[in-house]
Amino acid sequence: MFTIKEFAQPKTIEEAYNTLVSKRNNAVIGGSAFLRMGSKKIATAVDLSKLGLNYIKDRAEHIEIGASTTFREIETSPLLINHFNGVVSNSVKHIIGIQFRNIVTIGASVFSKYGFSDLITALLALDAEVVLYQAGRMSLNDFLERPYGRDILISVLIKKNQRQASYQHLRNSISDYPIINVAVSRLDNQWNIAVGARPQKAAIAKKASEVLSNSFSLEHLEHYADIAAEELTFGSNERGTAKYRQAMCKVLVKRAIMEVLLCK
Amino acid sequence: MSLVGKSIPKIDGMAIATGKPVYTEDMAPPNALVVKLLRSPHAFARIKSIDTSKAESIENVECIFTHKDVPKCRFTLAGQSYPEPSPYDRLILDEIVRYAGDEVAIIAAADEETAEKAMKLIKVDYEVFEPVLDFEKAIDHPSIIHQETDLHCNFDIGMQQERNIVSCQKVEVGNVEEELKKCHTVVEETCYIQAQAHAMMETYRAFSYLDHTGRLVVVSSTQIPFHVRRQLSRALNIPASKIRVIKPRIGGGFGGKQTGAVEIFTALVTQTTGKPAKIIYDRKETFSVTNSRHAMRLKVRLGADKEGYIRAMDIQGLSDTGAYGEHASTTFMVVGQKTLPLYNKTRAVRFMGNVVYTNKMPAGAFRGYGATQGTFALETAVNKLAERLNMDPTEVRLKNLIKEGETSLVSGGIKLGSSTLHKCIARGRELIGWNDKYPRREVGDNKVRALGMAVTMQGSGIANIDTASAEIRLNDDGNFTLLIGSTDMGTGSDTILSQMAAEVLETSVEKIIVHAADTDISPYDPGSYASSTTYVTGMAVVKAAEDLKKQIIESGARILEVSADEVELDGQKITTINEGKTISIEKIAELQVLGFGGNRQLVGNATHGSSISPPPFIAGFAEVEVDKETGKVKLIDYVAVVDCGTVINPNLATIQAEGGLVQGIGLAMYEDVRYDKVGRMTTNSFMQYKIPTRKDIGNIRVTFEESFEPSGPFGAKSIGEVVINTPAPAIIEAVYNAVGVRLTDLPITPEKVFLAMQQI
Amino acid sequence: MQIEIILNGKKVAMNVKNDEYLADTLRAHGVSSVRKGCDTTCCGLCTIWIEEKPVLSCAALSIRANGKSITTMEGLYNEAEEFAQVLVAEGSEQCGFCSPGFIMTVLAMKRELNNPTEEDIVHYLTGNLCRCTGYMGQLRAIKKYLGVMQHEPCR
Repeated sequence: MFTIKEFAQPKTIEEAYNTLVSKRNNAVIGGSAFLRMGSKKIATAVDLSKLGLNYIKDRAEHIEIGASTTFREIETSPLLINHFNGVVSNSVKHIIGIQFRNIVTIGASVFSKYGFSDLITALLALDAEVVLYQAGRMSLNDFLERPYGRDILISVLIKKNQRQASYQHLRNSISDYPIINVAVSRLDNQWNIAVGARPQKAAIAKKASEVLSNSFSLEHLEHYADIAAEELTFGSNERGTAKYRQAMCKVLVKRAIMEVLLCK
Repeated sequence: MSLVGKSIPKIDGMAIATGKPVYTEDMAPPNALVVKLLRSPHAFARIKSIDTSKAESIENVECIFTHKDVPKCRFTLAGQSYPEPSPYDRLILDEIVRYAGDEVAIIAAADEETAEKAMKLIKVDYEVFEPVLDFEKAIDHPSIIHQETDLHCNFDIGMQQERNIVSCQKVEVGNVEEELKKCHTVVEETCYIQAQAHAMMETYRAFSYLDHTGRLVVVSSTQIPFHVRRQLSRALNIPASKIRVIKPRIGGGFGGKQTGAVEIFTALVTQTTGKPAKIIYDRKETFSVTNSRHAMRLKVRLGADKEGYIRAMDIQGLSDTGAYGEHASTTFMVVGQKTLPLYNKTRAVRFMGNVVYTNKMPAGAFRGYGATQGTFALETAVNKLAERLNMDPTEVRLKNLIKEGETSLVSGGIKLGSSTLHKCIARGRELIGWNDKYPRREVGDNKVRALGMAVTMQGSGIANIDTASAEIRLNDDGNFTLLIGSTDMGTGSDTILSQMAAEVLETSVEKIIVHAADTDISPYDPGSYASSTTYVTGMAVVKAAEDLKKQIIESGARILEVSADEVELDGQKITTINEGKTISIEKIAELQVLGFGGNRQLVGNATHGSSISPPPFIAGFAEVEVDKETGKVKLIDYVAVVDCGTVINPNLATIQAEGGLVQGIGLAMYEDVRYDKVGRMTTNSFMQYKIPTRKDIGNIRVTFEESFEPSGPFGAKSIGEVVINTPAPAIIEAVYNAVGVRLTDLPITPEKVFLAMQQI
Repeated sequence: MQIEIILNGKKVAMNVKNDEYLADTLRAHGVSSVRKGCDTTCCGLCTIWIEEKPVLSCAALSIRANGKSITTMEGLYNEAEEFAQVLVAEGSEQCGFCSPGFIMTVLAMKRELNNPTEEDIVHYLTGNLCRCTGYMGQLRAIKKYLGVMQHEPCR
């Protein structure tokens, strides 16, 4: 059972950060849904809900999603539905149920780097960036590769452009965690293939993305998918073996590329 | 008939649907002690020492029990009529713990937090043994799970403790091996069925207190109040007359609450301290320390002649009862009982095998109770046989299935009283579009759709064992009170039984107060299980109502000064046939209840048991879509055509059927039970154990082909269990027809389908 | 800590622990329609509304509800009863234990979606588990309640 000793609702990010780092077992609470399944002993819980981070903004260059934005807001945002073939919205809409998605937030999900995340895979394929209070702005990819550190995620930025994308996932029961998920995007001739729930956290299939970007040909679809499945590592857990995930990576990558090609 | 066959809404429907405090937890006294259980982390161990002193010293800890503090009389928690066929192999707390989660200590404290805190301070030193986790290796395993010398069986069920065998069974009529040799076509299939979780929405819970006379009152979400009373009496060594068990509204049971999972713990605390106590299992406990379906391995061999008549049937099984033997022998027996009679052109049939102990959560009763397992194996084999014979699977069945008026090798000469199964198959074929869609068609995008089907039978109550009593009285105001001991767990049985009583008395459901179930007040009923309530308790209600009706007529006639055959009852009043003199039922009630000079309140009584257990039947048809690249199976359409005799309440029967089908779909496709290497269950939450959501099931269509069962109330049979049996074999067959792999190890996950496809 | 919430339109002050969830707080406050089914935020039984949005009360920290408007079935009783009557007429409440959470989600859907299709309905309600009914009767009841024309007869 998790416990919270003190509860803080800071009014500024600075205050939130200072509270967070003032003690080793202080922690930011996001949506608070996943929290209850753990057994964390939190000294001071830092609640970000008074920081005004619940927004999806249409900026000149970017779509900016505040850390406290819920999955349901992402799912139903016209802005997100109308960009990138709606992959960001699509990626969250199978997660449990709307009453769950009305609670969980993008900030908590991205910051936690959950391996099973649907959203991270989609964002990764879109070359999204994250803005952290301490570490500043960086690509999501760089953020995922950094070691876990104490910081506060403020927002996620997605560059507005003509990027076309597709999100694919494989689940047995629809409300289960994904066995594997894939997102693929294309901006002009630059392709980006992201694979998540391997079950490790999502990663870009760099080689496959590069080969695909350099010389695209419809006949070689299987080949690109094979490269992606070969270059990434897969693990086994109760939802699937590494072998199956690898095989499914190929299938989903292929399907995602096909879907992107059909986008106009 | 005016009420039978009508979709009357459930009499408790509005209260339960709108959040009224009518369930167990809602009624617990606010000051009740909170009971928590310390559980074994090991699958098999002996408690070398246990120190509770620190925990006991915490403020607001009321008491802590260990194996040293509890009565030493072994019992079973199986909810079965006495003498139970389940072994008495349990103690409230034992020195030996037999699965990860087995109870080690009982803690009662003023609140949950204190109880949890105390639990952490109990020091236990275990001697850990090698557990038996693979049920196929249980027999003659070096670890013997039940070595105790005081284990007791009421019957010879074939218990061989030293070999980890709980029950050994064999039924054979004719010579199966000889017949198989003579057969033109023989198929064999080995099927594995997992230990499905009931996953009822209301977890296990109970509370207890002492009443004004010092008697122990236990309020529990249970299907078996009378059996719980007997269990408590034996386990706690107090007379049954000092115990009262009350069942409020129940949030689902499915057989899980046919085993007394929690009552003993609060009862012990209340009995010892004199204080109210409650226990509410969380979802993890409900998944991992209560009971489940018996996992089984069933090997079926079928032999048919050239014409396609099934001549020999052989089922050899192994069943996993887990750490304790609740329902072990009977569930296994039902595998044979509900399969061997189905195809009656046989010349030899056999069912045999063993039930074994393992160091896992005990199995128990679960909707279908062995018939689900048996049907999966048999029907999978029949589908395979049809293919070998190059016959349509529906034709093989139409040719071989037992019909009304016929017998089978195992029916002891008793003719089948009712069946429309052949019609069910014909209707199901039409509804699913068998002629157009069977066996398969490509639908593009690497997807293929295909059909599969299966049939099944269950029973209606346990023949010669289930005996229910019912009482109905005419109240002073002309209304009726129906007293029953069956346990509506959401099915609507209280409503259905009041419909039956109202039908006989020619009155309305609104005029009938239903009371159930309370062991102080209700007439005896084993409880609602084994598909018994409509059929067995229903008949008791009909007889009790007829008894009362007769008394009302006699009373009315006496008052009107004519003989009983000169009057008629129309539900409102008694009228003399000749002169048209009338007296209202209200007036009769008033005179009987308030009258002087030898009158008495009119009460109808009846006790009913049946010497037969007439089977309801279902023909189930599945249409699936399989993704050939991923192995993912999507259920598109499921059609079930049901023969449950007369349908007493069509809406409630439909929902029962739809719900059971979806539970069967879960068994087939999603619900997986997994343990880690040391025997801890890992599928102990809805995040890990996936019951179907509403997106996982496709379209479900249920329709009825009514038969008339002569021995049932208004011709009714049962519906509660039979509904779960067909999805697994029908879906598995549809997948086979789609992609050529016949998976016999449930559930069929995408990975299993994919890997099997790689093999061909 | 003391919080003040607007529970079904009325201001209520209550003491909560920092790590307490609304499902427990509300039940302790005598709100019997809030039922717990899973402990892992995935069954939908405890669905209530916070600021008019359906949420899992077992996943919402009570302390964060301070100053917010909380709606449970008790606060929407007439409307809930109206739908419950349709549900019960269909026989699809069965054990009833999941019904309040389910009804709260249906009523939220009614406000959020205009003319939902069958697919929209199923999607909106996926987070509400039910083990008794097999869901089909619930769908029939919703369609009747919303007056949605059935695309295909269910029976």
